[in-house]
Amino acid sequence: MDRSMVDLWVGLFVAVGIGALLFLALKAGNVDSIIKSEGYSVSAEFDNIGGLKAKAPVKSAGVIVGRVSSVNFSNQSLRAVVKLDLDERFQFPKDSSASILTAGLLGDQFVGIDPGGSLENLVEGDRLRITQSAIVLEKVIGQFLYGKMSETNSD
Amino acid sequence: MTLITRILSKIGSATVDAVWTLGTASVFIFRVLSRSAIVLRRPRLLVAEMHFAGVLSLVIIIVSGLFVGLVLGLQGYETLKRYGSTGAVGTLVALSLVRELGPVVSALLFASRAGSAITAEIGIMKTTEQLSAMEMMAVDPHARVVAPMFWGGFLSMPLLAAIFSAMGIIGGYLITVVVIGVDSGAFWSQMQASVDFHHDILNGVIKSIVFGAAVSSIAVYEGYASVPTAEGVSRAVTRTVVTSALAVLALDFVLTAFMFTGVH
Repeated sequence: MDRSMVDLWVGLFVAVGIGALLFLALKAGNVDSIIKSEGYSVSAEFDNIGGLKAKAPVKSAGVIVGRVSSVNFSNQSLRAVVKLDLDERFQFPKDSSASILTAGLLGDQFVGIDPGGSLENLVEGDRLRITQSAIVLEKVIGQFLYGKMSETNSD
Repeated sequence: MTLITRILSKIGSATVDAVWTLGTASVFIFRVLSRSAIVLRRPRLLVAEMHFAGVLSLVIIIVSGLFVGLVLGLQGYETLKRYGSTGAVGTLVALSLVRELGPVVSALLFASRAGSAITAEIGIMKTTEQLSAMEMMAVDPHARVVAPMFWGGFLSMPLLAAIFSAMGIIGGYLITVVVIGVDSGAFWSQMQASVDFHHDILNGVIKSIVFGAAVSSIAVYEGYASVPTAEGVSRAVTRTVVTSALAVLALDFVLTAFMFTGVH
């Protein structure tokens, strides 16, 4: 094989390799994670966050509107503080509420935002006042059993 | 008593030998790196080595990537079917390929396809005294022979790993979406929702760069240090493949422990 053919093949190889990287980045990965979209950050306090982790999606009406940026414990309020990064394309009233929900029966947990009725919108650094904690399966089962037992005792 | 002392001295000499080899290899690689400017002065040498290490490895990388993807898709589908979440098969295929299988399997294939050939070529050049002849002509074999081979392998490896991963994802798509009939939208959207560019794809590329450096270093060193006989070269080739495989797997464990564990 003469030299020009070798050059051609190597050029093709490099092009295919870079093409494969682009394919991975654009088709397999999410493009949003490369270009950090502008957004604003709000926080919410929960009594119990269950298995919520950083990077979990924040959804409203089922649409992903942001991501959980950090999960922390507050020594003052003795509750969990969850920071949410919301996309600036989406605006919510100031009195919106946050709840921790589960995707499917055994799926990952995410934060759901239910819009309120206020005329003002949430801005950077705001805190969501109304929150609903994660449903802990053990507690639900415990309450159910307790209810059953008191039912049978009263018979 | 003599048996115990003999065993102890065996262990001791083996340890000293290993440290000795590590030192010689480090000095050798450092010498090659310090004389790598030739790669920039004469890029043709590099292009020829990339053709040898990269282009000629393409067929095995593409075919194995495709089959690994097909198997992952099939196995993942069979397992996920029980939980009614077959849409997640795209996530499973993409994450296992991009994080682990892409860099590791392509590095193992690269070591046996290109690494062994590099060792054999340098070993035979040494056996037939071509390297000594070069030195006699005041041509530095580190720069003229070894450096382009090292850089050719080093630069080819990340590209090969990316091609492997991409082919694997295409293979997974073919078997689950086209053949079995998983929803195409769920396949891609769930994959895109869970594959992160920085955390998954970039870390996979970093892995393949580290593996490329390790395999290329081992291949050129084993060739250069081989005993200049037919038997010596054949032993050197075997050592290249075995050492590369062990090094890749051990490095993979260390890198995975750094990259994908803990709170993030």
